[in-house]
Amino acid sequence: MLATLLRPPPVIARMVFFAVLFGVWEVASWLGLFSRFIAPPPSEVIPSIGLLYSDNELITRFLRTFGEVFAAAGIGSGFGIVIGWWLHHNKTAGRAYTDWFAAIAAAPLVLLFPLFLVLFGRNASTIIAMGAVAVLPAVILKTKEGLDHVPTVFIHVGRTFGLTRWQQMRLIMLPASLPTIFTGLRLGLVFALINVVGVEYLIGFGGMGLMIAELGDRFEVAGMYAAILFVVLCSACFFWATARLEKWLLSTR
Amino acid sequence: MSDTPTLRIKNVSKHFETGKGRVTAVDDVSLDIRQGEFISIIGPSGCGKSTLMNMIGGLLTDYEGDIQLDGKKVSGCQPEIGMVFQEESTFPWRTAIENVTFPLEAAGLPKEKRLARAYELLDLVGLSGFENHFPSELSGGMRQRIAIARTLAFQPRILLMDEPFAALDEQTRHLLGDKVVQIQNQLKQTTLLITHNIAEAVQLSDRVLIMTFRPGRIKRVVEINLPRPRSSEMIGSEKFSAYVAEIWADLRQEASKGLKETEAAAAH
Repeated sequence: MLATLLRPPPVIARMVFFAVLFGVWEVASWLGLFSRFIAPPPSEVIPSIGLLYSDNELITRFLRTFGEVFAAAGIGSGFGIVIGWWLHHNKTAGRAYTDWFAAIAAAPLVLLFPLFLVLFGRNASTIIAMGAVAVLPAVILKTKEGLDHVPTVFIHVGRTFGLTRWQQMRLIMLPASLPTIFTGLRLGLVFALINVVGVEYLIGFGGMGLMIAELGDRFEVAGMYAAILFVVLCSACFFWATARLEKWLLSTR
Repeated sequence: MSDTPTLRIKNVSKHFETGKGRVTAVDDVSLDIRQGEFISIIGPSGCGKSTLMNMIGGLLTDYEGDIQLDGKKVSGCQPEIGMVFQEESTFPWRTAIENVTFPLEAAGLPKEKRLARAYELLDLVGLSGFENHFPSELSGGMRQRIAIARTLAFQPRILLMDEPFAALDEQTRHLLGDKVVQIQNQLKQTTLLITHNIAEAVQLSDRVLIMTFRPGRIKRVVEINLPRPRSSEMIGSEKFSAYVAEIWADLRQEASKGLKETEAAAAH
């Protein structure tokens, strides 16, 4: 019993962490350690999620944002895998451009939103395009890394069995590099979510990002935190779901 | 055993350009291997054994000399020559049975036929009951047996094995040696084994080729006239020990040269 208390299962440990965090936040807020206007206590924020549903078309906005996220992730991942394969396949291109993509991955691409606004206009295309661009570096780099690190002996096995180039790619290279490629896809999805919500907020268009901006503009601070909390929860669920999907996919390679 | 060579290696040499100049890995090696024969090549590390095997297997094509299979020049990988590698080569994303069916699947064989063949081969290598296990759930020796079964699935004329049991402990090596002998007895498979292990070479082979340290040449061929079928039980026998001592006497000089050269290179 004592051992269980000292070393709780991870799920319990996480719940305890959030309970303590929210508890400290609640008490600090009631004691006036920081302004309730700037950071309302959880007892005001959490009920506001219900108000988001009734007053702010939460489901419609959620579906809109996640539709954009999936579109951006799909487009970015498609191009990313092809470019990653090209950088692996063409050694000169790999040596010349890989560092560039690594540098781009570290750059705040969201600041390019004015350029995309000019190119695509103030609509979903801008949001999806910016999301896709944010997905690209992670997918490119992880695809190249995965393909580069396929053990040479696997390639030799394929050669001794007389596999064609296409068979070598489909039956050996892709399954062997899938865990690394999937890490890139998961990172790409997270970057897509961050950028889509961020660009929605910046250009005042779309779903959850626009909702956060509107709530902030109306000084509905509790509602704004509730919306942010909802996005964070969705993101966590999203990450968990992709982890399960990855596990399932890898077991059926 | 037929007297006509199945595999003929004629005056084969291989050079590599390195930062320190041209290195001759294999120098003027000639060898005939008859159908059903089991030959081991033994030599110190860096003597070009694996290079020779890669040339025979078609993984290295840029060499001097000629390698012929049934009178036809070997130019690149071909299904008649199967290879088992020293490194871990079973595909971790495939179960044991899926690993063995792999080459047959790539060749487009119908599912029923490839499964029947794979079950037969897993039984041959002693892995019945482990068909649906992933390599990560099996021991190193079991994984190498899957690799052997996978290579045999293609029914190669020549089986090349590059130190397949190098990563295993001594006891497992002896037991797997027994398994290879059993496979050899059943299939009459023409086999070329690269090994560092003298006992393994004597236990399995009809002939043992001793290679010199760099450049790799064939120093001596030792005919092993031990009765077949063989097993690891004969390892303690007087005749077996005499073969081991004979091979070691030759190999010792080459291994010493290799050690000296490696130490000199490390000192610089």
